[in-house]
Amino acid sequence: MPAPSSDTPGVVPSKSSIFAGSGDLATEIGRMADGSAHELDTMREVDSDEDGRSAKKRLGPVFWVAAGWFLLVALAAVLAPILPLKSYTAPSAYIRQPPSAQFWFGTDTIGRDIFSRVVWGGRVSLAVAFASISFGVLVGGTIGIVSGYFRGRIETLLMGFCDVLLSFPALLLALSIVAFRGDQRDLLTISLAIGVVSIAPIARLVRANTLVYSQREFVTAARSLGAKRGRIIIREILPNVIFPVLSFSIIAIGLAIVAEGGLAFLGQSVQPPTPTWGGMISDGRNYLANAPWISLMPCLVLFVTVVALNLAGDRIREYFDIKDNN
Amino acid sequence: MTATEADTNLSVGQRATLLEVVDLSTTFRTERGMVHAVDGVTFTLDRGRTLGIVGESGSGKTVLSRSIMGLLSGKNVIRTGSVKYEGTEIIGYSAKQMSNVWGAEMSMVFQDPMTSLNPVMKIGKQITESLRRHLGVDKDEADKTAIALLKSVGIPAPEQRLGEYPHQLSGGMRQRVTISIALACGPKILFADEPTTALDVTVQAQILDLLDEQQRERHMAMILVTHDLGVVRTRADEIIVMYGGKVVEQAPTSTLFASMKMPYTEALLRSIPRLDMPSHTRLDAIPGRPPNLISPPAGCNFAARCRYVQPRCLEERPPLVAAADPGHFYRCFFPVGTPEGDAALQANISAGTAVAAPATRSSTTSEES
Amino acid sequence: MRFVRKKLVQLIVVMLCVTFFSFLLLELLPGDTATTLCAGAGGTECIEQKTEEFHLNDPMPVRYVRWLGGVVTGDFGSSARNAQPVSEALQQRMPVTIELLLYSQFLALIIAVPVGIIAAQRAGGLFDRGSTGVLFLFLAIPNFMLALVLILIFPVKLKLLNAVGYTPFTENPLKSLGSLLLPAITLAAAEMATYMRLLRTDLIATMQEDYITMAKAKGMSPRHILLRHAFKPSSFSLITVIGLNFGRLIGGTLLVEVIFSINGLGKYTVDGILGRDYIPVQGAILVIALGYVLVNFAVDMIYAALDPRIRHARSLV
Repeated sequence: MPAPSSDTPGVVPSKSSIFAGSGDLATEIGRMADGSAHELDTMREVDSDEDGRSAKKRLGPVFWVAAGWFLLVALAAVLAPILPLKSYTAPSAYIRQPPSAQFWFGTDTIGRDIFSRVVWGGRVSLAVAFASISFGVLVGGTIGIVSGYFRGRIETLLMGFCDVLLSFPALLLALSIVAFRGDQRDLLTISLAIGVVSIAPIARLVRANTLVYSQREFVTAARSLGAKRGRIIIREILPNVIFPVLSFSIIAIGLAIVAEGGLAFLGQSVQPPTPTWGGMISDGRNYLANAPWISLMPCLVLFVTVVALNLAGDRIREYFDIKDNN
Repeated sequence: MTATEADTNLSVGQRATLLEVVDLSTTFRTERGMVHAVDGVTFTLDRGRTLGIVGESGSGKTVLSRSIMGLLSGKNVIRTGSVKYEGTEIIGYSAKQMSNVWGAEMSMVFQDPMTSLNPVMKIGKQITESLRRHLGVDKDEADKTAIALLKSVGIPAPEQRLGEYPHQLSGGMRQRVTISIALACGPKILFADEPTTALDVTVQAQILDLLDEQQRERHMAMILVTHDLGVVRTRADEIIVMYGGKVVEQAPTSTLFASMKMPYTEALLRSIPRLDMPSHTRLDAIPGRPPNLISPPAGCNFAARCRYVQPRCLEERPPLVAAADPGHFYRCFFPVGTPEGDAALQANISAGTAVAAPATRSSTTSEES
Repeated sequence: MRFVRKKLVQLIVVMLCVTFFSFLLLELLPGDTATTLCAGAGGTECIEQKTEEFHLNDPMPVRYVRWLGGVVTGDFGSSARNAQPVSEALQQRMPVTIELLLYSQFLALIIAVPVGIIAAQRAGGLFDRGSTGVLFLFLAIPNFMLALVLILIFPVKLKLLNAVGYTPFTENPLKSLGSLLLPAITLAAAEMATYMRLLRTDLIATMQEDYITMAKAKGMSPRHILLRHAFKPSSFSLITVIGLNFGRLIGGTLLVEVIFSINGLGKYTVDGILGRDYIPVQGAILVIALGYVLVNFAVDMIYAALDPRIRHARSLV
């Protein structure tokens, strides 16, 4: 299916879907596809060293700080039931208390401890993000590899499907899927809604990489040796495609957390009283004037986590790009 | 004042040194170390004369020409030595000061006319902008000059061309356009950096002839950078042969061809290398190509590929020494055509590390064939 | 002209696909229109009557064609809840969203272009790294969070601007722009970062081109080279992305209009979905998709006008 694109060579327009959050899956892919091609080394012309003594690339301290934060958040979320936290559901007399030694993040309108709600909310937010992106990678990855490897009519059909998915505003798509599931706004529904939105961008990324690798010598060699298609895909292409997808998935998890927040803002995320970060931020927005911490504390955690995922994903991508080039 | 005196004065004026380069070195600071792209080059260029700079890809010849013009800038470029233009030192000039020299006094024709013309700017504009910048003429006059220029470089229907874009012209036509741009403000020195490498063989001679003709008419000095010794043989007054960023042989053209001393020059002449490499691979250190400029070999740069090579060549760097003929310098312990050189070659042949003199090719260049 | 015609055909095909799929998607949603209409009042009788009235028992393709036929004649149907004709609602709400979109693109560009140019001029310098860092945060900040922070700072703390509401542009342009400033900033933040990075990267790449060295060797000033020689060829991908991002922006308006209580297309769509009132949603999606496709059509045209290589390549085909 033809898409409204400018088919100008040299430009890789990121086929933008309309993702609710600030980041956008499709734009991210555009960035990845362009990749370091644009990052011209100023000294290219005089770079006479080809002996492969390339500068040692490290992940760097930024990556470790980012990964450390994410690990901390994830660990807290997993261990929430055994951590000595205050109840996240039981109201108390301490209503709208600002952050203090007793209530690190303050309390909300019915006196629940925001810190323990953020930890418990992390469980849901992270679970939704992981589940949705896993779903997206599974479905989108399959679509991408199949269309990139087999090309022809299958590719046209599958990519046409992706084009249609992309031409809907993503939040609209997610909302419709939630609505489709009726009033069952559970983890599964929300993950499915966000997961479906992530299919098309991931499929595009995987397809682009598959296209590149299926032209490489080792695939041609395997093919000429009579290897079966399935074997080529699994043994030759998948291992090469998996790294860009993984590094992108890290960023995508951040986007999924934001997307959950977007749904929560429209009252369409997981039903109360289960806390999610998005839901908590949304709940507190009417009290911005008097008790801003109700929104801002979960906001801060969400933001730092998303930034950490972005930075970590970026670093990993650069790290593996170097390997690619050798 | 008699006519003779005037003539003499004129010829003195013409002979006067236009460009004086002393011990010019250019080093790039890169992630992997310092790259000595040009190392201690010295020469003078008189009005109306042509200097040929010859070398393989990566020999530093392009860096040398850009370095003289001061086009390489940035904190990772270190330039030392002296470049005097009409007696004035220009090495310390700021980019702003240089911009009055660029285009007006010195200009450059680049290797690939496909990339050296702005693809989204009309040809007329690309010619007239420097006219208006340096000569301060108005638009109409600039257009008229541009038309005259295009006509003089042999472009048909020049009025029409002004409104066209580069992609509408063939490669040869585009190079004519870049030449007309370079000539627009009447520079006294024209740098031609492999002006024909990117062109079809059939067009190459035409472009070189055009440069020759323009040079004569304008009494302009020219620095012709090429990898093809055959190109400069008939066109240059003096030749500098570069290898690994260093001058390995320097001589007036006739002297060079009559008594070349450097095995590298000999090798160049004996089998003109077909090095039509794309420009960006120019300085790549491919085996059998110019040496690594970051950590150059301890001895002679050329030793690894030299038929005359002796143990001494691997340990000691040969200095640039003067030959018998005036203005002839070379950098070799076992020069071609001397007893030492012959002995070295004989020893290598008998040891089986060098083959006997290969048959000289009947034609050395595409130009001459 | 062939280029234009080819693009037009593409445009129509895409429109048909998008409308069909949006029709299909909403068709699958639970809670049909008849039930919604009869909510509270009347039982099965009412439902049967309404089903009859809206031809809800016809096969799906028939209803799609009927709906599309109506659309062509300007009849989008009516809201099931308040019986307001969809076309009337769209007429009211479209200008609001269009103003918001143009406003935010303008804000994004007016910051991103100068910042991108300055950053590219001294790539790797302090300004470059600083602006890249700040804009990276802009890119990562979720728009609902930015909206909250802006509301907290301006209306709540500084008592500047209103957190909600909209003044029509025709009524009072200045006040209108003021009323949309916070939502526009919210939408612009991420775009700003994308545009700046894109322009910066492209400019740096362009500055490596031979024709830039050539312009320098002609004696042109750095400013002239940057603005006259490098900017235009570096702006092509920016223009493409601006077009593509209109789609993303429209998606962003869904949330932003809800947060700032602006009665635009986005809020209309969300209200429709949440209220199980699907006829307005179909109309809104159609308009959104049409806008998206038209903007990209316009971008292609601008692109061709700017880049002579494309113009000529296409006219030869």
